[in-house]
Amino acid sequence: MNTANYLVDITMIMPELTLICVALILLLLDLVVKNKEVLAAVGIAGTLVALYGTYKLFVFHAPQSVFADMFVLDGYSNFFKLIFYLNIILTILISLKYMTIEKASFGEYYSLLIFATTGMMIMASAADLIVLYLGLELMALSTYILAGLMRKQLRSNEAALKYFFLGAFSSAILLYGISMTYGLTGTTNLREIAAALQTLNIMESPAVFLGLIFLIVAFGFKVALAPFHMWAPDVYEGAPTSITAFMSVGPKAAGFAVMGRVLFEAFGGMQMQWNSILIPLAVITMAVGSIIALAQTNIKRMLAYSSIAHAGYMLLGIIAGTPEGLASTANYLMIYMFMNIGAFAIVIMLRREGFQGENLDDYMGLAKSHPLASALMLIFMFSLTGIPPTAGFIGKFYVFMEVIRSGYTYLAIIAVIFSVISAFFYLRVVMYMYMKDPKEDVTLTTSSTLSIALAITAIMVLILGIFPSFLLNLVRSSIPG
Amino acid sequence: MCIKNSNMSETFVPSDYFPVVIFFIFALLIGFGTLLLGVVLRPKRPYTQKLYPYESGNPPVGEPRYKFSVKFYIIAMLFVVFDVEAVFLYPWAVAYNKLGIFGFAEMMLFVFILLIGYIYVWKKGAFDWE
Amino acid sequence: MSTPQVLFAYFAVAMTILSLLVVTRRNPVHSVLWMLVLFIHIAALYLFLNAEFIAAIQIIIYAGAILVLFLFVIMLLNLRKEETEKRFQKQWLYSIAISVLFVFFLVLIVGNITVIPPPGPYTADVIKSEGHIMTVGKVLYSEFLLPFEIASLILLVAIIGAVVLAKKRIE
Repeated sequence: MNTANYLVDITMIMPELTLICVALILLLLDLVVKNKEVLAAVGIAGTLVALYGTYKLFVFHAPQSVFADMFVLDGYSNFFKLIFYLNIILTILISLKYMTIEKASFGEYYSLLIFATTGMMIMASAADLIVLYLGLELMALSTYILAGLMRKQLRSNEAALKYFFLGAFSSAILLYGISMTYGLTGTTNLREIAAALQTLNIMESPAVFLGLIFLIVAFGFKVALAPFHMWAPDVYEGAPTSITAFMSVGPKAAGFAVMGRVLFEAFGGMQMQWNSILIPLAVITMAVGSIIALAQTNIKRMLAYSSIAHAGYMLLGIIAGTPEGLASTANYLMIYMFMNIGAFAIVIMLRREGFQGENLDDYMGLAKSHPLASALMLIFMFSLTGIPPTAGFIGKFYVFMEVIRSGYTYLAIIAVIFSVISAFFYLRVVMYMYMKDPKEDVTLTTSSTLSIALAITAIMVLILGIFPSFLLNLVRSSIPG
Repeated sequence: MCIKNSNMSETFVPSDYFPVVIFFIFALLIGFGTLLLGVVLRPKRPYTQKLYPYESGNPPVGEPRYKFSVKFYIIAMLFVVFDVEAVFLYPWAVAYNKLGIFGFAEMMLFVFILLIGYIYVWKKGAFDWE
Repeated sequence: MSTPQVLFAYFAVAMTILSLLVVTRRNPVHSVLWMLVLFIHIAALYLFLNAEFIAAIQIIIYAGAILVLFLFVIMLLNLRKEETEKRFQKQWLYSIAISVLFVFFLVLIVGNITVIPPPGPYTADVIKSEGHIMTVGKVLYSEFLLPFEIASLILLVAIIGAVVLAKKRIE
């Protein structure tokens, strides 16, 4: 047992350790402190400390592999961790007042959010299939509980139950894929799997392909690709809106992080095979997401289907098969986080005591009574559609550019067609807000933290739309060849 | 269509577990045997009054179901979690000599994390039986 | 066919039949009891792989703790009319067709595997010489330390979940 080795290992996982300590502290604080704002503040402070830790560890330009090569620290994982930190900070900011209205203001909420984020960070840094699975389970379990927090509401229970059942099935499929891959290559480490596939020369083997299919199916469930998307609308609708915001970004980003790492590092030589699965999946996903969203009247369900469609666009970056393609997916995820959480923040604003505010009709005439909120919603809807000069356009632009550069021009054309179709339901919200008369008086619940979150997201969406190079350079330098 | 290099029969010697099978068979024999003995030797003279469920002489009313308290579920759930913790302790205890001070520290961390969970459950009142 | 192969054949067939029994019973308590027999067969299957520790854990945790949890949940749900209502969805024929197709492809693909990777450091002889529980102990807390610690977090989240979702709130 090498002492120096252990110290290096522990230093490398400092951010995760920080978050775990914060979560444990929050769990105990909840027992003594009645004021939930203290918990939220501690949570945010802890996340900022962890962010500082990741920033300090960013200086290692060569990937560091610790804990018997199971945990890797490289630019790729650090960039995704940045997404996760911002995700949880913004979620905590938008949820303070909201959870009090929903009468589900539990202290465990913050602990579970941090555990979920820790699970995501472990997934992003996983270099071994076992650590990947455990990180996924940690994130998934925390999110199942969070989805069911509004215990008195039937649809919250339904959301948690559906999410749990389908998540458990997909975990079983993931384990089956991992065990097949282990049986065929003799190892669970991603690098060694690639080496074993090479030396044993089994890349054409149907058994390896079967294992790969199981893995893709499991990851596809987590990011809500069609046809594994069935859970998303009900879960997004039933869960507390702040958790829906968290869920729409976090597990999706983590799912894409692991998909990128597993497909590029472990199965790098089998690109033809996994592309042959991913291309139809991407097309079906974009189709299902864009088309079924047209018929929705509940804005949370509409945003759920929009989330599914966006997963389809993000998948195109992985289909491109190059590190730049992966970088464009990561870039899209960061942008997607800002615009999606912003949109859900506005949805939260409409919720007040006795009024759900989730129907599209409730947005009618919002511009007359609350011009600022409508303007912000307009920015987010434009960004989700992909209209310049918002960040959504930049995200889509780079993904399409990479996929065209890899030779799949027809995919980019299909994606653009579905983007245009999706404009209908995004801009329908804008039209309701600006061009219709209000049905009843809508008062918005605002709070200081919600305003801060809205300010951050709106500003980032606009800045990244006009000056995208900062983020792009960060992504490109994090994800080398 | 079997896998060609089947090395299953290499080191698995079924006769090693023969005592377990004997034990199992005896357990089944004794369990079923006593029940069977009872069925065979009992006098069987049932009549309607005897077959009703016992309610201190009163005629039974309604279904024999009652509102099940959810605290049983919480206790069973906590039992599963702490049973898994105990199971992790077994191989650690067996391999303790080979694991050094770091092995000790790792397990203490594991137990500490679950101790915090225990304190949390305790203070939340899940252990209070009313 | 040698004795281990005959025994394995029995266990494999028995497990398949038992799992079918578990999902098709009317009475949920019967399902759980068949599951108990299934768990014992799974434990026996672990013995084939010289994993006596895992076989013991299988009985202790699955048959001992998880089954009890299942029974408590069934009692909690208080199902009386479920026992006489329809148990399967109307699409059961398609489900069976797809499952049979899936199993057919699985057997076809897995049965034709020809290349097996070289054995790792923990061969059956190594495990036999030291005992399985000692080997697991040595490996779990040195090489697989990180998964072990993450497992503790998952257990903690399970504890929090049970209390948050099920405990009656006195507010």
